[in-house]
Amino acid sequence: MKFGVVIFPGSNCDHDALYALSRNLGHEAIEIWHESEALGGVDAVFLPGGFSYGDYLRCGAIARFSPVIRPLRRFAADGGLVIGVCNGFQILCEAGLLDGALLRNRDLRFICRTVEILPGTRASAFTSHCPPERPMRIPIAHGEGCYFATESVLDRLEKEDRIAFRYSGANPNGSSRGIAGVLNEGRNVLGMMPHPERACDEAVGSTDGIAVFSSMAAALAKSQATPDAV
Amino acid sequence: MPSEVSEAVAIEHGMTSEEYGRLTEGLGRTPTITELGIVSVMWSEHCSYKSSRLHLKKLPTTGERILVGPGENAGIVDIGGGWAAAFKIESHNHPSYIEPFQGAATGVGGILRDIFTMGARPIAVLDALRFGPPDDPLHGPRNRRIIQGVVEGIAHYGNCIGVPTIGGECVFAPCFSANPLVNVFALGVFRKDAIFLGLAKGVGNPVIYVGAKTGKDGIKGASMASEEFSEDSEAKRPNVQVGDPFLEKLLLEACLEAMRTGAILGIQDMGAAGLTCSTAEMGGRGGVGIEIDLDLVPQREEGMTPYEIMLSESQERMLLVAERGREHEVLEVFRKWGLDAVEIGSVTSDRMLRVRHQGDVVAELDTVFLSEDAPLYDRPYGAPRRTAPMAGPSLPERTGRQLKDDLQRLLCSPDLSSKRWIWEQYDHQVRTNTTAGPGSDAAVVRIKEAGVSLAMSLDGNSRYCGLDPRLGAQLIVAECCRNLSTVGATPIATTNNLNFGNPERPEIMAQLVESVEGIAAACRHFAAPVTGGNVSLYNETLGEGVDPSPVVGIVGILGHTGRPPGPCFSRAGDCVFLLGGLLPGAQDDLECRFGSSQFAVSILGQSWGLPPVVDLAYESAVHEAVREIVRRGLARSSHDVGTGGLAVALAECCFGDPLVGAEITLEPGVPALMALFHEAPSRVLVSVPQERAGEVEAVARASGIAAPRIGHTGGRDLAIRVDGGLGFQASVERLHAAWDSSFESSLDVQ
Repeated sequence: MKFGVVIFPGSNCDHDALYALSRNLGHEAIEIWHESEALGGVDAVFLPGGFSYGDYLRCGAIARFSPVIRPLRRFAADGGLVIGVCNGFQILCEAGLLDGALLRNRDLRFICRTVEILPGTRASAFTSHCPPERPMRIPIAHGEGCYFATESVLDRLEKEDRIAFRYSGANPNGSSRGIAGVLNEGRNVLGMMPHPERACDEAVGSTDGIAVFSSMAAALAKSQATPDAV
Repeated sequence: MPSEVSEAVAIEHGMTSEEYGRLTEGLGRTPTITELGIVSVMWSEHCSYKSSRLHLKKLPTTGERILVGPGENAGIVDIGGGWAAAFKIESHNHPSYIEPFQGAATGVGGILRDIFTMGARPIAVLDALRFGPPDDPLHGPRNRRIIQGVVEGIAHYGNCIGVPTIGGECVFAPCFSANPLVNVFALGVFRKDAIFLGLAKGVGNPVIYVGAKTGKDGIKGASMASEEFSEDSEAKRPNVQVGDPFLEKLLLEACLEAMRTGAILGIQDMGAAGLTCSTAEMGGRGGVGIEIDLDLVPQREEGMTPYEIMLSESQERMLLVAERGREHEVLEVFRKWGLDAVEIGSVTSDRMLRVRHQGDVVAELDTVFLSEDAPLYDRPYGAPRRTAPMAGPSLPERTGRQLKDDLQRLLCSPDLSSKRWIWEQYDHQVRTNTTAGPGSDAAVVRIKEAGVSLAMSLDGNSRYCGLDPRLGAQLIVAECCRNLSTVGATPIATTNNLNFGNPERPEIMAQLVESVEGIAAACRHFAAPVTGGNVSLYNETLGEGVDPSPVVGIVGILGHTGRPPGPCFSRAGDCVFLLGGLLPGAQDDLECRFGSSQFAVSILGQSWGLPPVVDLAYESAVHEAVREIVRRGLARSSHDVGTGGLAVALAECCFGDPLVGAEITLEPGVPALMALFHEAPSRVLVSVPQERAGEVEAVARASGIAAPRIGHTGGRDLAIRVDGGLGFQASVERLHAAWDSSFESSLDVQ
């Protein structure tokens, strides 16, 4: 499977994503500079964590105007798989590709720790391989990860089974309804605050993040077998 | 700003009459105001090390792995396979007191530039922090504001730029209330054939300015860091720089990319004394001159004087010398990253730093006169100032119940309580190489490309150094190397940060001299040469100085990229060994040496006597044994016995995830307080599966060290039996809850 990792000025988890996808998981992974007008024929796009444009103004608020967002929108509209992690999630929300917004953490402090999450649904291209009962141990590292949406939007997300992940232990950042990740209407765009790419290697603590990427690989294989299914 | 230069103006600039005389004599004329500004910062304590240089020469600086020693932006060591590591520690004490958030943030920014200016990609940050106690009855509110500001500042800069902050230490004492210490260590890796040095060469080559525009911030910051503080220190706030980690991230990526063009010949960051220091040092090291035109320097505002432009400490700027004819390759890279890059001058043959402004030469100074010929002082020193009396109180008798309460109180003291509140604000995982992070005795990052890992530890102990700076400094180095041994690492090189008060007082100067000699002896013993560091003097406010606070950072190497054992017991049923023995080398004058312990300070409210004795040969035998035990995979956990003594170390071993208790019996004949809370060095706790216990004993025998098996892991309690049937049993869950929450709650007081 071929992943493209988008690099904005200020991205800093780009190396981690490239390493996890290629070296830990054996996929092809290429860099996509934020000024690119094309995505280089990738099967999936990864928006990494970091502080794009210094996160000045608001997290992700400037990155959404990067040239690469245009081809990304087309790719997503055509059903291409897009995963945004941490700053990537914030950018997807700012770009209107996902519902809701990420606010400052409840305690107003940056938090880096390993948390436990559970899939809110397994009916998605990102969560089908995630264990339904056993919490996944995945690191978070953010100052603005408190997921917020209006009650009606939250109700709709739940009704449409679009909560990808929920914190299963203590809610670390005050997110509405314990939400750690959400899907778009087409179920092909995921945003999540925890970093699955940091949990693909036993040497650095956990391999629970692999399930997210193996779900994506399975979904891609299935869609290629039956092109109309996506 | 007076335009007429006189001795009085020079004295306002922090120079002495003698120094001003030396300047006018060297020049053969009265300096211009710009020249005076340049010379006053170049000859400041901060830039010239004029009080310490003589003594720093005593440090061992060579070894087979040392590629670049002191004098450059950072030291460089060979880590094998064609790879090298650059590392250094630097203080940002004065600015962090005046403006905690920006002071600490720019401290991180500055040390990171020192690393990538040499061509290395920074991959780890650690910090050693000293604050006034958060619960200080008088200064508590200010101390808490400084703690919160400094931690947020470090987090802000490190997290944004994407370099993990993987460890460090944080200690409290009243002397730091008005003199907080913020020492930041950084390490980077690169190919050893791609080292860049901070020197100018090649007459006619272009001198290029890159990065942020120059503003009026931080003017004379280096001079501020070379003075004591008085009541009007608030007025120095404009001397503190403001950091922009996003800009530095771009600068980092752009510099590393530009270096790959092969067109850069020398490069140096603009840190203390900004454009002044970078031009003077690059010229001085290269034995050439540099001529610059200030009209070409990118400026944030109009109407800046040459004096201001030369002395600004605006952050995120670099100066480089490129090969004439290939400068466009360099400029192109900076354009891609959206950064200013401007040719502001060229290399000349005459060794002069020549500064032009609006057509006039406003400064013309010999670069060697500015740097190598800076004043050098052999300041008088006598006996070091002691921070406490020699004699102590008679020690109290304790019941088992009281010993348990003592342990809990120690675990809740600001010094020993969990610093999770601090390190959870730092992204310690980014770059996914952290195999042992905060909470571990030594932090470890894997260097995948070289097939090795590097371990790092920062250590200091002002209490020990206040009682005996020479012995204290040796104990610090011993502890640092011991921390490295617990993860299986062998020390390879050292950096140090010497934080002291006013060196013009002989009893303070003596603390500096003895500490340096202590570090020198111990680093020589452990074969960990010093590749550089930083000296921060004048840490005094209103005449109150800091206790002598040398901090050492030692880098160790491991021959693999896997995960080392952690400090905590991992399961029930393992044997617990106390490598080194119960009280090595400390049999006589136990009570005198007990006066330097955390117990004395936190429980008895006073300190006295001397630091513990250390036998360096025995200490290395213990390290060798620990390394062997870890290397053979015998240890499920491995933890240094440090501050607080054995009982505290045992409790910390129980605080893993999940919590694991232990049953411990200590040898008879040793008084309970000494057995539990004495801080004798040369000790490491390891937990080992039952079936491998014999192998551990064999390793200890071969190394010639004591290694009593003191108990086993398991249960929900920590039970310790000492001499005379005394002992206690404490719920690990309860100890852990108190230890885990007390620091955060001490900050929550309104």
